Amino acid sequence: MEATIALAGNPNSGKTTLFNELTGARQHVGNYPGVTVEKKQGIYAGNGYKFQVIDLPGTYSLTAYSLEEVVARDYLVNEKPGMVVNIVDASNLERNLYLTLQFMEMGIPVCIALNMMDVAKTRGIEINAEKLSDLLGIPVVPTVARSGKGKKELMEAVAGNVSRSAPAPLSISYGGDINTALDEMEGDINAQSFLTDRYPARWVALKYLEKDEQIVDLGQKEDPSFSQKIESVVQKVSDHLSDTLDTYPEAMIADQRYGYIHAITKQGVIKHSRHQNRLRLSDKMDKVLTNRFLGPIIMVAVLMGLYRFTFTYSEMPVDWCERFFGWLGGVAEANLPGDLLKSLVISGVIDGVGGVLGFVPLIMFMFFGISILEDSGYLARVAFMLDRVFRIFGLHGSSVMAFIVSGGIAGGCAVPGVMATRTLRSPKERLATLLTVPFMTCGAKLPVFALLVAAFFAENEAIVMLIITLIAWLGALLVAKLLRTTVIKGESTPFVMELPPYRLPTFKGLFIHTWERTWQYIRKAGTVILGISIILWAMMTYPGLPESQARRFEEKRAALLTSVPPSIVNDVTSAGEDRGLSPRAEEIKDQLMTIDFQEAESALRHSLAGRIGTTLEGLTALAGFDWRTNIALVGGFAAKEVVVSTLGTAYSLGDVDPEETGSLSKTLVNAPGWSPLTAFSLIIFTIFYAPCFVAVVCIAREAGSWKWGAFSMVFNTIIAFSLSVAVYQAGSLLGY
Amino acid sequence: MLTLTMRQMSENQCGTITSVRAGGEMGRRIRDMGLIPGAEVKIQGKAPLNDPVALRVMGFTLTLRNNEADYIEVEVKE
Repeated sequence: MEATIALAGNPNSGKTTLFNELTGARQHVGNYPGVTVEKKQGIYAGNGYKFQVIDLPGTYSLTAYSLEEVVARDYLVNEKPGMVVNIVDASNLERNLYLTLQFMEMGIPVCIALNMMDVAKTRGIEINAEKLSDLLGIPVVPTVARSGKGKKELMEAVAGNVSRSAPAPLSISYGGDINTALDEMEGDINAQSFLTDRYPARWVALKYLEKDEQIVDLGQKEDPSFSQKIESVVQKVSDHLSDTLDTYPEAMIADQRYGYIHAITKQGVIKHSRHQNRLRLSDKMDKVLTNRFLGPIIMVAVLMGLYRFTFTYSEMPVDWCERFFGWLGGVAEANLPGDLLKSLVISGVIDGVGGVLGFVPLIMFMFFGISILEDSGYLARVAFMLDRVFRIFGLHGSSVMAFIVSGGIAGGCAVPGVMATRTLRSPKERLATLLTVPFMTCGAKLPVFALLVAAFFAENEAIVMLIITLIAWLGALLVAKLLRTTVIKGESTPFVMELPPYRLPTFKGLFIHTWERTWQYIRKAGTVILGISIILWAMMTYPGLPESQARRFEEKRAALLTSVPPSIVNDVTSAGEDRGLSPRAEEIKDQLMTIDFQEAESALRHSLAGRIGTTLEGLTALAGFDWRTNIALVGGFAAKEVVVSTLGTAYSLGDVDPEETGSLSKTLVNAPGWSPLTAFSLIIFTIFYAPCFVAVVCIAREAGSWKWGAFSMVFNTIIAFSLSVAVYQAGSLLGY
Repeated sequence: MLTLTMRQMSENQCGTITSVRAGGEMGRRIRDMGLIPGAEVKIQGKAPLNDPVALRVMGFTLTLRNNEADYIEVEVKE
């Protein structure tokens, strides 16, 4: 049997865990058409069934409150899956059933996966699944997603019900006044066939009563005058309720839904053997972890611990990677014919991709750490503790998610970060968040920082990385405040958020999470970066040095060689690596190398990239950047990690000694014009300057206008340049 | 019996919601999460800067800002 089933449920109900359990590795992540909400699909195959499984975004309700809710609702209406598997947290039954009722009101076939039965049991909650199934009239299957228990039974239940015709929409009594209005509207809507091709008539009426913006807008477009008529009925009930009961229709509807749920659960469905407000382990942990004094201290310690974890444990694999690509470069050097091809493969391909892939272990460890914080529920506490602070800057506690995804804890990516702002309801806070998240230390900037920190601040690696992240945060918040008091003024929105109980993350979840994000990074490195690396190689190679100049270097070399005895020349040109040279020969060799280096450097200066970099040098010298850094930064517009690969390419082109295959950081320390101050100035510039073009495209799309995309490029670069000039000039004055 | 707004409640205090005076989106969001008249609530704790507040309702923990808690009236036992 084949069918499509959609997984839906509250956030933190174990939906993703069940999805992973059902589909295993057979999943695919994409986007819903036109929007950037993640769409996860997978295949369940087992006991003779094959189901296409869609993981809908987690929602508490089906109003049009957030984009996730709109996406989930639209999917259900437009795609009409064979069955909705509603994951219900058994330890939190009543609130979870609120969503279930809304599926039933829409007339969608639903099957409940009564999840976390084990947690409910330890909390002294006993649920009679059969009774619940009887009262609701839909299948209810107890599951424990973490261990996969009940998975088979759930799929059996789905298979047994999927082919049945859609159930009639559930009709709840919402109280006399509303019922009367609903009946009247339902009749009218049916008579007019108003939106009934998509939605049940009573549901449309209900949404009008709830003042659901999406449906009302849709109705106004469909038939303005009829929509008007319905709205006037709603207005009449609203006025009446306001006069008599001092309440609103949507309040009555919510009350009655909960009333309906309560009436069901009271009939022996749910039995508490302990009081609900009893302190659980999770609450006891919160007493410490969100404590006024201890909470913030622990939070800083946890974030610091994440850095230590990432940097200490990824050191070895990063080293392996570097050695592997160094070895690969050596192999190419020894076996490839032709200088140009050699240069393309080594400087363009291996150095470019290797420089980026070398950081994969680092990024994996970082994402693994973040996934632990996310899955354990600690990240929500961070939002809780920081909301008061965020509000000062005109943002929202939930902004913290976007900031963290973007790299608030170093190693995220501004692209999903910009997308994460979709959970923010207020357009103004959202805009401010999405314009400032690119300042965060994303995974692509991380290689740049890691390179500079390893080269110039090696003794204090973790501390300096923490300082970089703090600077990014402070800068982002101040800029957000600046934007919220100038270009995007306005009121703040509600902070209604669940603090999920602390949970031990499952290894499977952690690995899937880590792998997904790492794979996204690798894919980007493998495709976009490779192309850009080659383009940049070409920019740095062509046009080549004019004949006359090349000849001058050749003459210099010849002059040097004829000035010394032939025996020494022979020594220099034929010497193997392992054989020691006489001091005189050593000296000649060094001089030859200097000439080669100068030639390569003038060749690079002569190239297209060199010309761009040199033209800008007059200006960027104020911040301590030479033309090489300029080339790298221009490349960084395309993607931040290109800064590293370009510096690598630039320096390996300028450095001809094949023995010097040591890491780029060593090269930088020895390169003229580089000091810790230059490195710091470059770090500051990299934090703040224009987001990569992928992020710019996302910003433009999310903000709904290219104006904001252009704004972020120009505005950010101006800020970055001003700051790094200030740092460099102040540092120089102080004698650093 | 004493009626307070939720902001005025102290940590660990319990009570029953008597009214939610918010309409529109904020009201809908608050009600979606189960904060409706008749629901029992308990203040779990407050953030380090006293705002937002964490409360227990229907067996789970929810956070609200103080200016949102102002819309919710709670009857508390003394």
